Amino acid sequence: MLTVNRYKCGYCGACVGVCPTGALELVETWIEVNDDCTRCGRCTSICPLGALELIREAKA
Amino acid sequence: MRCDLVVVGAGPAGSMTAKAAAEAGLKVVMLEKRQEIGDPVRCAEGVSKAPLKKLVDPDPAWISAEVKGARIRAPDGTEIVISEDRAGAEVGYVLERKVFDRALAQKAAEAGAEVMVKTRALRLLWEGGVPAGVYAQFVGEKFKIEAPLVIGADGVESKVGRWAGIDTALKPEDIETCAQFLVQDEKVDEDYCEFCLGNQIAPGGYVWSFPKGRGIANVGIGVLGSKADPGMPMRLLREFVKERFPDGKVLEVVVGGVPVSGPIERTVADGIILVGDAARQSDPITGGGIINAMNAGMMAGEIAADLVPKGEMDSGSLQIYEKRWRETIGKHISRNFAVKEFFVDLTDDDLNHLIHSLDGIDVAEMNLRGLLKVLVRQNPKHLLKLRHLLG
Ligand SMILES: Cc1cc2nc3c(=O)[nH]c(=O)nc-3n(C[C@H](O)[C@H](O)[C@H](O)COP(=O)(O)OP(=O)(O)OC[C@H]3O[C@@H](n4cnc5c(N)ncnc54)[C@H](O)[C@@H]3O)c2cc1C
Ligand code: SF4
Ligand code: SF4
Repeated sequence: MLTVNRYKCGYCGACVGVCPTGALELVETWIEVNDDCTRCGRCTSICPLGALELIREAKA
Repeated sequence: MRCDLVVVGAGPAGSMTAKAAAEAGLKVVMLEKRQEIGDPVRCAEGVSKAPLKKLVDPDPAWISAEVKGARIRAPDGTEIVISEDRAGAEVGYVLERKVFDRALAQKAAEAGAEVMVKTRALRLLWEGGVPAGVYAQFVGEKFKIEAPLVIGADGVESKVGRWAGIDTALKPEDIETCAQFLVQDEKVDEDYCEFCLGNQIAPGGYVWSFPKGRGIANVGIGVLGSKADPGMPMRLLREFVKERFPDGKVLEVVVGGVPVSGPIERTVADGIILVGDAARQSDPITGGGIINAMNAGMMAGEIAADLVPKGEMDSGSLQIYEKRWRETIGKHISRNFAVKEFFVDLTDDDLNHLIHSLDGIDVAEMNLRGLLKVLVRQNPKHLLKLRHLLG
C-alpha cells in the first residue's frame, strides 16, 4: 500500500506528475491515492521530502 | 454555468490564456483550486528581463531584485563569472511570485475573465464523445461549467490532458525534483545568481542561489528524478546550506517538480489545449518555465478567440496551436532537451574541465545559448555532439 505522510508532505504535486496511472490527486494541502495505484513506487523516489512510502500489506 | 472557454489553473500560463482570450471577446472562466493564487510558491523566481518585458510591463511591486550576472561553480570549486558589464546586456529579475501570479490573474480579470478560486476541476464533461466543459467543486459544492473548449493550465500535476487521453505522465528522467529555502544570511550575494554543479551536490541537476534583496535569497536544488531517492533534494539542500550559510536563517521552504521532458507528443485533443507546465513546456536545462508558460498562454488564448466563434474546436483545427508553439518556444525546448541529455551524464571531471575552459573568456551573449557557444568553441572535440545542436 502507498502511504502519504501528511506531516512531511509539502503539497507540491511532483508525485502527481509522475504517476503513470493517474492514481494521485493534490487536493488543497494533501495527496489522495485512489484504487488505480499499482504500487510501482515511481512517486516515492520523486518526492523531495520523502513523504511517500510503499508498505507491504499484511496478509489477510 | 456556460461560457466560451474554461481555463483550468491560474498560474502564469492560465492567466495569460484567460487574459488574451477575454481581451479578444470570449466569455472566459478561469478556475484555481487553491484558495490563494500563487501560494504556496513552487519556484526560484528567476526570469530574463527582455522576454518578460515583451509580455508585460514590469511592475516594481512584483520584482524582488535585479541581478547583474551569474556565477557558475564547478564541482572542484572553480568559479566563473558572467556579468552584465562584460556581456553588455541586461540579465534578469528575481520575482515575487505570490504577487506576480496574483497580478497576472488580476489582468485576466480586468480583461473580463471570470476568476474562481478555491474551485477545483474534478473531471471533464462529455457530450457526444467530445469534451463539453468541466465538473468543478467550490467549497465542497459540485457544479457544471459548460464550454466548447477547455484549456489545461494546471501545472506539473496536470490532469486535464490525461482526462482527454493525452499521456502527460513524466518519467523519472524527465522531471527535476526540487527543494528550496528562502535563506537570510549576510553571506548572500546580492548581485549574482549562482549555479553550483556536481554529481555529489546535485545529481543530474544543480544548486542555485537567486538573490531577493535585503540579504535574502532563494537557495534551492534540483535533482534528476532518475537519480533521486526518497527525500534526497531536502537532504542535500540541508547539507549545502549548513556548509555554505552556517548561520543562515530559513524563512520559507519550497518544494516542487519541474518537467524536463522536452516537447511531448501532443498538446491538443478535441476541445482541449494544454499550456505551460501542463504541456511540459519548461526549459529542460534551466528548469525555467514562467516565460514559456506565458508565451504559450498568449498563443492559446488568441487561437481560442479565433476558433471558438467559428465552432472549430476539433483537434485538427487546434493543430494551429501545436504548430505555433513548436515553431517558436518549442525549438528552444527541443534544443535544450538534447543539451540536457548530454549534460546529465557528465562526470565531475568533465564538468570541471568544461568550466575551466571558460576561465577568462568573454561570453558575448548573456544567455544559455551564448554560454554553450563558447563552450563548444573552447572544447571542440569534447562537445562535438553539441555542435550541430547550436547551428
Ligand atoms: C523549485 C522550482 C524552481 C523553479 N524556478 C524557476 C525559475 O527560477 N524561473 C522560471 O521561469 N521557472 C521556474 N520554475 C518553473 C515554474 O515555476 C513553472 O514553469 C511555472 O510556474 C509554470 O506555470 P504554469 O502556469 O504552467 O503552472 P503553475 O504555476 O504550476 O500553475 C498551475 C495552477 O493550476 C492549478 N491547478 C492544478 N490543478 C487544478 C485543478 N484541477 N483545478 C483548478 N486548478 C488547478 C494549481 O493550483 C496551480 O495554481 C521552478 C519550478 C520549481 C518547482
Ligand atoms: S511529491 Fe511529496 S511533497 Fe510533493 S505533493 Fe507528493 S507527497 Fe507531497
Ligand atoms: S506507486 Fe506508482 S501507481 Fe501508485 S501512486 Fe505511486 S506512481 Fe502512482
